[in-house]
Amino acid sequence: MTHVGYLIAGWGSVVTISFAYGVSVIVRGRKLAEKVPEDRRRWMTTKDATEIGVS
Amino acid sequence: MTGSRTTRILGSTLLLGAVLLFFLAFVATEPDTRIDAASGDTIGQFDAVRLMYVHVPSAIVAYTAFFVTAVGSVMVLLRRSVWWDIVAGASAEIGTVAAALTLITGSIWAKPIWNTFWRWDDVRLMTTLVLFMLSLGYLAVRRLEGTAEGRAVRSAVVGLLLIVNVIVVNRSVEWWASETLHQQSTIADVEIEDLTLFTFMYSIFFGVALYVWMLIHRFRVGWLERQFERFGLDDALAARRAEADDHPTVDAAIDSSGGNS
Amino acid sequence: MLRDVGLIANKDLRAELRSRVALNQIVPFALLILVLFGFALDADSTTLATFTPGLYWVAIVLSALLAVHRSVELEAGDGASDALLLTGVTPVAVFLGKALALLAELWLLAFFLLGGVLVLYQPPVADLPLLIATILVAVIGIAAAGTLYGALISGQRARETVLPILLLPVLAPVVIGASRAFADAMATVATNGWAWLALLGAFGGSYLVIGSYSYGLVLEDFS
Repeated sequence: MTHVGYLIAGWGSVVTISFAYGVSVIVRGRKLAEKVPEDRRRWMTTKDATEIGVS
Repeated sequence: MTGSRTTRILGSTLLLGAVLLFFLAFVATEPDTRIDAASGDTIGQFDAVRLMYVHVPSAIVAYTAFFVTAVGSVMVLLRRSVWWDIVAGASAEIGTVAAALTLITGSIWAKPIWNTFWRWDDVRLMTTLVLFMLSLGYLAVRRLEGTAEGRAVRSAVVGLLLIVNVIVVNRSVEWWASETLHQQSTIADVEIEDLTLFTFMYSIFFGVALYVWMLIHRFRVGWLERQFERFGLDDALAARRAEADDHPTVDAAIDSSGGNS
Repeated sequence: MLRDVGLIANKDLRAELRSRVALNQIVPFALLILVLFGFALDADSTTLATFTPGLYWVAIVLSALLAVHRSVELEAGDGASDALLLTGVTPVAVFLGKALALLAELWLLAFFLLGGVLVLYQPPVADLPLLIATILVAVIGIAAAGTLYGALISGQRARETVLPILLLPVLAPVVIGASRAFADAMATVATNGWAWLALLGAFGGSYLVIGSYSYGLVLEDFS
């Protein structure tokens, strides 16, 4: 196989950065979920915009 | 927790899908080699072509993500839609990451193939670079202070202008490059076999599916942020009161001791 | 409407004349950039003459950042934006008025800086009308986009740092187009400068229209 170094660098950066970003999003979500009570976590179901703070 | 049954099923499918992508990209497909008709030499991109299986999906995800941001921005301006505001912000963040990956993988591929990391005369490179820089500006606008609605509208204006600016930059670089260019950019045309084509298509499909999975999670984070911003203090107070109700208060303790102490 | 535009522009320009920030800080800053380019490029006069178009427009865009920032600051003083609202002028008039004032300042700066590069870098001048037309047209786009993006960050604590990353990528086409037109006028590159001028005109025109429509949306006070 040719260009092994380039392949490792390219695929490596994609895998590492995507994975790190994915983990960071999930961690952010977990931290926030602790602070927001269950009944406010009904994403995609709320029709009324005023309910989440915008009139 | 931003997971749900849907995201868990999608997430585990993606994990299996990643294994398949890796297998297709590194084991099943052949390197890009051709015999030059004139000289009889073997030419082509050889194994560097395998970088394309991550580069092309990144680029497609980046542009798709900002298209979604633009759609969301229009919906915010038309209907003051909160849902779309969160979608637009979530999509732009993922798009920024994808644009960065596009630039990184593109440069790494270009080094052995074009013998340079960067070419100023290539329209796609320049457009993606400016897209990336504009997206950083967009994300900065989303982090500015102000009311939730004001921020939604401001971001929507910037989000729409982002697409307009990308088109203007694309056109002007195209024109600029066609004037300054020494030769038209030659992406060594890969001889596409059936399996290679399938791997390409699959990698793009995989990239978009990964984008959807991330978008759902990031949307929910945005939703929670919005909830916390709006109700965080109320909720904390309510939790405090609930806690207080469980324990006798100081006053109640004094009352029950008869107030003699 | 036109009267309002004139009043706003007049207000900004008078405040600028009185404070002399533009004269005492922005103009010297622009000159400093020219001098720094000279140092950085080893005072090699051929290099400087050849790259004058690009260096000139980079200097303009960087100095324009300061001018935009100034234009935003004028409204940031004690309740200035509230007072402006009380006068009942429309956001469109405020946008056009502020853009006009910024335009006037930047035109002056650009012509001053043109004199600067002609003396310091000594590029050949093949087409003076094209040079002048390029400045007149390109600066419209900078002023219009600057006023719009400046409004976005008004009242923000982080405005000094956010403005460049917002505005500089947006102005990329202006830098490309104006440098090409200058390169034609200075005969360093064979290109059709007047055609690039059309692109600059389209950019400026679009941003004037877009800015007029979205200025009210962007300023929270107005919406």
